[in-house]
Amino acid sequence: MTINLFKYAAPTAFYPAAGRLIPWFGGLALILILFSLYWGFFETPERLGGSNPQKEYYRIIFIHVPAAWMSMWLYLVLAAWSAIGLVFNTRLSFMMANAVAPTGAIFTFIALWTGAFWGRPSWGTYWDWDPRLTSELILFFLYIGYIALHSAIDDTRRADRASALLAIVGLVMLPIIFWSINCPDPNQCAALHQRSSLSNIESNILTAMLTMTLGFWLYSFATSFARLRGIILLRESDSGWVRKIVEREART
Amino acid sequence: MKARQKRLVFVGLAVVGVGAAATLALSALQSNIAYFFSPTQVLANEHPGDAVFRVGGLVVDDTLKRQQDGLTVRFDVTDNAATVPVSYTGILPDLFGEGQGVVAKGRIGNDGVFYAEEVLAKHDESYMPPEVADTLQTAHVDGVIDATTRSLSQTEGAGR
Repeated sequence: MTINLFKYAAPTAFYPAAGRLIPWFGGLALILILFSLYWGFFETPERLGGSNPQKEYYRIIFIHVPAAWMSMWLYLVLAAWSAIGLVFNTRLSFMMANAVAPTGAIFTFIALWTGAFWGRPSWGTYWDWDPRLTSELILFFLYIGYIALHSAIDDTRRADRASALLAIVGLVMLPIIFWSINCPDPNQCAALHQRSSLSNIESNILTAMLTMTLGFWLYSFATSFARLRGIILLRESDSGWVRKIVEREART
Repeated sequence: MKARQKRLVFVGLAVVGVGAAATLALSALQSNIAYFFSPTQVLANEHPGDAVFRVGGLVVDDTLKRQQDGLTVRFDVTDNAATVPVSYTGILPDLFGEGQGVVAKGRIGNDGVFYAEEVLAKHDESYMPPEVADTLQTAHVDGVIDATTRSLSQTEGAGR
């Protein structure tokens, strides 16, 4: 049996499908996040050693790193849906991009915020204009800019195209954020933020970090699908099938 | 060419342009926007003369000395090739210590001492419990020449 996935490119088909998927994504996300929090707090070492002798506060990593990963991943998703929308003129793609943006902005904010609270005890400052921190802040402004530009233009189709273009231009920040600390020659990139590598992490710390990432990822699906359903109803409010749904939901 | 193909080319060109911009920005990040200078660069006078800048490296073992007033500390910062003495009055971050990474912001005085107004601690990407970390040679800070390879090449030179 093959499922015709293109069927779901139509808002009519996607609306009920998303509705059925949201509880699964949301429930799994909750389980994974709770599991990661438990594992991160109770099954990991109390302190670190060697060249990184952090104390209990290193546990901010379980929120900070997954949120930072999601902030970059969701921007890629946002730009990809924007590009698909521009090329193929598909309505649902732009709606997808619209629905993902707030979740991405929230994760970027969480990454910056937890980073500040982590930087104070470890580095000795909440904020510094280090390349990694600065480029992540610009990513946050890009998300805000995308949302603001879209809501500033009344005509939805023009708003879609203008903000999609902004999203694609903003792609420039993703490699900069990544290489701001991971440039090939370690003597070339001087930064306060450590390089990112998963090779020297204790296995329990790594487990909690990766399951939290999966949890955040499923959470992103749940929230953007929920937001997408709202956007679909709003934009298709003139069509007959939306009226039917609204009438049916009003009755129950 | 159909309208859809035109748009595909247009978006493709936009992505290529964005990629080129990212490459340029990255090369600028590496060469022009120096977040901190290594002691070698400072001794070679590559730092901005009287202006405020940052020095980064490792705190040399057994050089951390508290001065008479009880607030000022002095320590040497090294990249394993050159060393700069640093003087700082204020509270040191939790991770600050001998042998650990540090980034100090301030001015260099005529006496060759770097007078810091802010000292930040820098740690690396190893997340290991102390008992494991002690058995691993993980000390590595960006901008610092790898201590193990350096000592290896030195012993090789001594053997020759």
